[in-house]
Amino acid sequence: MKVTEKDVKYIAQLSRLAVAESEMQKFTEQFNQILNYADILQKINTEGVEPTAHVLPINNVLRADEALPGVTNAEALKNAPAVHNGGFKVPRVIE
Amino acid sequence: MELYKGTVHELHQQLVSKKISAVELTNAMYDRIGAVDDQVKAYLTLDKQGALAQAAKVDAKIAAGEAIKPLAGIPGAIKDNICIKGLKTTCSSKILANYEAIYDAHVIENLKADETIFLGKTNMDEFAMGSTTETSYFQTTHNPWDLSKVPGGSSGGSAAAIAAGEAIWSLGSDTGGSIRQPASFNGIVGIKPTYGRVSRYGCVAFASSLDQIGPITRDVTDAAIVLNTICGLDKHDSTSLPVDVPDFTKALRQDVKGLRIGLPKEFYGAGLDPKVDAELKKAVEIYRQMGAEIVDISLPSTEYAVITYYIIAPAEASANLARYDGVRYGYRASNATSAPEMTTRSRTEGFGPEVRRRIMLGTYVLSSGYYDAYYKKAMQVRTLIRREYDEAFKKCDVLLTPTSPVPAYKIDSQMDPLAIYLLDVCTIPVNLAGLPGISVPCGFADGMPVGMQLIGKPLDEETVLRAAYTFEQATNFHTQLAPIGGKK
Amino acid sequence: MRQNYITVVGLEVHAELKTKSKAFCSCSTAFGSEPNTHVCPVCLGMPGALPVLNKQVVEFAIRAGLALNCTINKFSKFDRKNYFYPDLAKNYQISQFDQPICEHGRVEVLVDGKKKTIGITRIHMEEDAGKLVHSGATISTSDSSDVDYNRAGVPLIEIVSEPDMRSAEEARAYMEQLKAILEYTDVCDCKMEEGSIRCDANISIMPEGAKEFGTRAEIKNLNSFRALVRAVDYEVARQAEILDDGGHIVQETRTWDDINGVTLSMRSKEEAQDYRYFPEPDLVPVVLDDAWIDRVKSELPELPAARKERLVAAGIPEESATLIVTTKEMADYYDAGAKQTKDVKGLANWILGDVSAYLNNNAITIDKFKVSPEHLAGLVDLIGKGVLSSKLAKKVFAEMVKDDEAPQALVKKLGLEQVSDAGAIGKIVDEVLAKNPQSVADFKAGKDRAIGFLVGQVMKASHGKANPGMVNKMLKEKMQ
Ligand SMILES: [Mg+2]
Ligand SMILES: [Zn+2]
Repeated sequence: MKVTEKDVKYIAQLSRLAVAESEMQKFTEQFNQILNYADILQKINTEGVEPTAHVLPINNVLRADEALPGVTNAEALKNAPAVHNGGFKVPRVIE
Repeated sequence: MELYKGTVHELHQQLVSKKISAVELTNAMYDRIGAVDDQVKAYLTLDKQGALAQAAKVDAKIAAGEAIKPLAGIPGAIKDNICIKGLKTTCSSKILANYEAIYDAHVIENLKADETIFLGKTNMDEFAMGSTTETSYFQTTHNPWDLSKVPGGSSGGSAAAIAAGEAIWSLGSDTGGSIRQPASFNGIVGIKPTYGRVSRYGCVAFASSLDQIGPITRDVTDAAIVLNTICGLDKHDSTSLPVDVPDFTKALRQDVKGLRIGLPKEFYGAGLDPKVDAELKKAVEIYRQMGAEIVDISLPSTEYAVITYYIIAPAEASANLARYDGVRYGYRASNATSAPEMTTRSRTEGFGPEVRRRIMLGTYVLSSGYYDAYYKKAMQVRTLIRREYDEAFKKCDVLLTPTSPVPAYKIDSQMDPLAIYLLDVCTIPVNLAGLPGISVPCGFADGMPVGMQLIGKPLDEETVLRAAYTFEQATNFHTQLAPIGGKK
Repeated sequence: MRQNYITVVGLEVHAELKTKSKAFCSCSTAFGSEPNTHVCPVCLGMPGALPVLNKQVVEFAIRAGLALNCTINKFSKFDRKNYFYPDLAKNYQISQFDQPICEHGRVEVLVDGKKKTIGITRIHMEEDAGKLVHSGATISTSDSSDVDYNRAGVPLIEIVSEPDMRSAEEARAYMEQLKAILEYTDVCDCKMEEGSIRCDANISIMPEGAKEFGTRAEIKNLNSFRALVRAVDYEVARQAEILDDGGHIVQETRTWDDINGVTLSMRSKEEAQDYRYFPEPDLVPVVLDDAWIDRVKSELPELPAARKERLVAAGIPEESATLIVTTKEMADYYDAGAKQTKDVKGLANWILGDVSAYLNNNAITIDKFKVSPEHLAGLVDLIGKGVLSSKLAKKVFAEMVKDDEAPQALVKKLGLEQVSDAGAIGKIVDEVLAKNPQSVADFKAGKDRAIGFLVGQVMKASHGKANPGMVNKMLKEKMQ
């Protein structure tokens, strides 16, 4: 096992997700299945190979510094679950 | 012939010659949707009012003797991860179940400018993560060739809608095969353009370095017509290429004489359904007879492509899907006492298991201590895969492969995630290398459509389209219609 | 402290760039608007929206890098820094990780008359987050908060120093110098009260003679020079106490509580902090050529160090020159005044003396000061010409600060012209001499001090208007 249930919990916390105790074993197994399969990459020699972040041959896509109207406050808040004073209302920020 | 069976180019002729009206056509489409969609379940949202209003405008223009664009007045369907202002864009997720887009995607702006008609939004795998459309929160879409089978995915709704006559053309998005594989499962045409050809602005991101929007249509001509409208530089997408867009319909010539078609042997090995293999062999023979030169090619890193993809795509997705936190839009869990708790519960309750699995996988491969072994390694292997394609294209003009090693399979097959991932082996490398790829129907296996994939050099959609068109004109697979209801 | 410790401070300074629009979208960067009115799909992190880099951000970053003696990297790229916080719309910040635009810079600071060079590790471009408006007084006492994304996506540069500072004063001097340079280059308006320049400090201590730095604490939320100095002093004392008691320092993030003057652990907030940086796939690299860098270099304005040298060459004492060039506004004020008077030293003294005192008393900065530099120079000249005594000049100045009236006009209006008419002065001198025979006798007996008293009497009788030089001269003549 590469990944333990403890690791899964840590990763879940980083991802702001919860894994129910009932799902934990299956989740951990599936995780390991995929990561074990990923071991086939280790036999490839990639020394000195540039990583590909994207395939494009372009640089310097820049826009002029010009301020343009965005959306109205009403449009911004249109899909908000809770609003207050023109803002997106959220419960207390510190746990 | 019923109007819903038509193609874009046929219906355009009927519109401009005033044999039919756009309103009539649009109504016919909604009638068809009403008749079959409770079985197929391709659509999530319909906008009949908006569609008919647009149709009336086009009719007025035709009546006034004005010229119209090839897509004007032709009803299409849009995958539910592409934003149309004022309509829901759910990505088939509970977390966006009530989300209404506040702006138009760039492709939608282009399509609106050409006065086309949007019938509605189509079902998909949740956030485009899946190959069966079963991960949708709302419904499972059924394959119109056999309702007990999957339509493929993730653009399963857009593909099934075309096969079932519920739209004349549609848009899908393709991150690892999500246009081409469902096109092959449904016996229709789907093209993923070169990365950067089509703006991604307004297409809800899954894996940004791989995502690309493309058309799903009945035939190659229609694919070229839709491509003409959606391709082109967009100043809102830094990764959209500043290159001229040719008139793709000009590439539609019946001519493959001297065209070098490469057969990469790694795509024809273990795991390929012999019945699929047999159909592809026939296709190769047809090309040979028409004067194409068949070239043996090797792409040895093919076996690494799937896992490379399943590291890179989840990594990017883990960041792209971080914004669904219950703060600005989307599902918010009730009664949370703190923002972190609200976000964790909203995400846990709002995302389905496949999405959660991929977010966590992506988080893991980027986390400290694992980045180099997984993510960086995958990016390096991606370079090796690209190089192999560069080399291959010195020896041939297009590559011919299966689109999927198997035809559509049963809904609820209970496969392991990894087993499902491995079925993406034919389409994934094309995304990793950023190349254009098309799937065209090339036969049947046990009554289910088989697709052939043609892969081109970067920005060489024209050769891909020409090869596909030539094959299509020499065969009649594209004229066969799905027998909705499972009858063969 | 039972042991002697060496303080080690490194600063991470975030400066908001003075662009018109945000870093990755075209929304306005204007400060102080209604919540969520300078927002769009991009800075709200709406599904499907994509960033496009503002060219001016690159220009400003290069300019700041050149002014801070950095190497400008020909290739740089953006990365995503992943963490969840409600003010971060996408829950990742677009920043630069391993290939920032500038590296290996330095600035020179003057502390207690000694020059010191502080190294700059890197400067990178990134975006700001939004703001939380809390329902209660503080974040920890609030049941809810409202998020405003007007600041989300405003461009920042983060300037990371080497751990080269050895005291709170050095940290302050570095921060002041940095602020001056950013102001001079017009890259940032450096309004600390609006948060346009902010500072985090990495602070550690090590026993004298130690080879390795101690474990550091990162102090956030240092929004004034005073807070920086107090926080460094507090943290050094806190860490020394722990070490003296045989404890060890925990590497952690702490926040500065300005009201109570203490740093507080933020460990609860940073649990599981792993930013998972990876290349931003939505943006393409920034590739610079020599022509671009050279052009920005050629457009660089005069920097504080050069400005100070110029003032010193004009005859301003080094200490005064250093003070004047601390802020660009004050240096510009001086320069504007210096065009109008030859007495630049007098001008400098007025700026650092009465003007600075006035600004302090009224808690304003020189850009809000009503007296124009031209009029201040005029006042300095009136003193030089003997029209005003320095005492009367203060009276005129007290009027000038109200409405910036010309000093010449005020002198007339207030009837304060110095009397230099020999007849008029002679008359008063005669009266004073007649009234003070004892003082005259004292003077004649060789008590030079007596003349001071007599001058005072004449000045008093003339209501301060008599030319003191003439009074002195005339008294001596008449008592011969
Ligand atoms: Mg930063
Ligand atoms: Zn914006």
